[in-house]
Amino acid sequence: MAPVLEVSGLSTVFHTRRGLVRAVQDVSFSVNAGETLAIVGESGCGKTITALSLMRLIPQPPGEITAGSVKVDGVDLLQLDEASMRKMRGGKIAMIFQEPMTALNPLMTVGKQIAEMVMLHDGASKTVARARAVDMLHHVRIPEPARRAREYPHQMSGGMRQRAMIAMALACKPKVLVADEPTTALDVTIQAQILDLIGDLQREFGTAVVLITHDLGVVAETAQRVVVMYAGRKVEEAPVEALFANPLHPYPRGLLASIPRVGSARGLDVSPDERLLEISGMVPALNNLPPGCAFAPRCSQADAKCHALVPPFEQKQHDHFAACWQA
Amino acid sequence: MTMDQKPLVEVTALRKFFPIKKGLLRRTIGNVRAVDGVSFSINQGETLGLVGESGCGKSTVGRVVLRLIDPSAGSIKIGGTDITGLSRQDLRPLRRQMQIVFQDPFSSLNPRIKVGEIVGEPLKVHNVGNKKDRAERVAQLFQRVGLRPDQMNNYPHQFSGGQRQRVSIARALALDPGFIVADEPVSALDVSIQAQVINLLMDLQRERQLSYLFISHNLAVVEHISHRVAVMYLGRIVEYADKTSLFAKPLHPYTEALLAAVPLPDPSLKRTKHRVEGDVPSPINPPSGCHFHPRCPYAEARCKVEAPVLRDVAPGRQVACHLR
Repeated sequence: MAPVLEVSGLSTVFHTRRGLVRAVQDVSFSVNAGETLAIVGESGCGKTITALSLMRLIPQPPGEITAGSVKVDGVDLLQLDEASMRKMRGGKIAMIFQEPMTALNPLMTVGKQIAEMVMLHDGASKTVARARAVDMLHHVRIPEPARRAREYPHQMSGGMRQRAMIAMALACKPKVLVADEPTTALDVTIQAQILDLIGDLQREFGTAVVLITHDLGVVAETAQRVVVMYAGRKVEEAPVEALFANPLHPYPRGLLASIPRVGSARGLDVSPDERLLEISGMVPALNNLPPGCAFAPRCSQADAKCHALVPPFEQKQHDHFAACWQA
Repeated sequence: MTMDQKPLVEVTALRKFFPIKKGLLRRTIGNVRAVDGVSFSINQGETLGLVGESGCGKSTVGRVVLRLIDPSAGSIKIGGTDITGLSRQDLRPLRRQMQIVFQDPFSSLNPRIKVGEIVGEPLKVHNVGNKKDRAERVAQLFQRVGLRPDQMNNYPHQFSGGQRQRVSIARALALDPGFIVADEPVSALDVSIQAQVINLLMDLQRERQLSYLFISHNLAVVEHISHRVAVMYLGRIVEYADKTSLFAKPLHPYTEALLAAVPLPDPSLKRTKHRVEGDVPSPINPPSGCHFHPRCPYAEARCKVEAPVLRDVAPGRQVACHLR
């Protein structure tokens, strides 16, 4: 099965007064139909810029995609003119955001927004598009969808708005869904509902999902493959089980060791005096990266080589890749 | 320091209603029942975790306990002194004992003031020592929270989120308080930085016998840092227990649902897929009876009409549910 989404060698920079910011450097990955690939990392690691680059939503200038290709069903989005790209967005590749209020038009009813998209992409008539909008709201389990379709975004709760945004993103059955922190702003019980919903719709439509998140719990629960990013680069990629059981790069290893877990419920004794493992220091500024491995200043295993040379991203074990001189 | 057995913080039947005003005459047409009859106590050197979803009233509890906003009813005792009715002036000396660390390390620090002055401000307000003494004290505080004293002359924007939270913690510690309300202190931080701040808070507690009211929506963090936990839903405490028993066997259906909803960072665990349906109702017009009944999978007829009281089910363990 050929992957639906193939990203290779993607590099995005920002030209700023403080110099060139290399937000994304040489990032490659592919996602199959029905598969979820999670991209994890902390703020500033380049995960959101990767997502926006896929959609070609990087403001230009100051941003610029300097290299790479983003192929959806074999078509390289980076080579399309703006008009063709607009057809792809929402049609073949759609995105949902952390804060639905920024994605929904506050002056238009939810139903109309969804219908507008269906008319634009599928050339459906107004009546058909309206019916489809209500149907999609029903699909994302919004109660009384016909009434809700006539409401404005501010009349809905946070979880409901997130559902509406998902309904809009999936209305034209895109091949690829890019979900940027889709549940971060939501309460935990609502988060669980939304993650279930995305999973169910993905199975139904066979959508390839790129899930951008910082929450390792969400990753463990939803993704099949994981890409870990640090300071604009990929540092590890593996199937989800392998990454959690045997992280090779010291950064994901440190991350996994530093999170407190809801543990005693499963018989693990978490004593109140137990210290969490810390990753010392902080993420380097992207316009002032160290010459070698970007993680070296925070890494306990780093030696002279790590500080001098950027480690290549290479296969370390079967289907398990990392960029580390020590792994 | 005297170690008496009385709790440092005692909160009884606390209520905070925010009136909703409408029309030309600003008539009160209803109330947001943000906090509706909350009681708890915190011993010296103890952390009480207060968990719940947005809008459950947990942050309001934190602010009312410190009298940053005034309660509508109930009483608050800190160190045996009832502070509920104290005037601002009488409250002032007591403020030395109680401090707060906020969630957002960006909006809680004045961007125009050097961080050294931010941390030294409480000392100045309470007339502690002379200028030189204060500078020394601030330098010590910087060192203690893991900042370099030479960073005292920098402005907040020159610090990362984690470092700013250290500044907030240093400010809270300046007057050597016994009690700190920590309102989502790590929620805005990156995962690798969260651990640094949690460890710092726990180290400080051990050193100084601090009492924390630790407010958070993150159950894993609450489990890690707390000794006891109170679970809030729509202004009321629905379950109150020591940490171990609460996380081992939640009794209230809401606690159960919360725990089941937390995604676990372990892909080998198969998920139980029983979810609570629906949204959190509005605290303006909460459901009758038990506030949780419309979302509760076990609800019976009685739950719709009769509000369950928080009652003892085991030593140190309380739950507000007709069925448990």
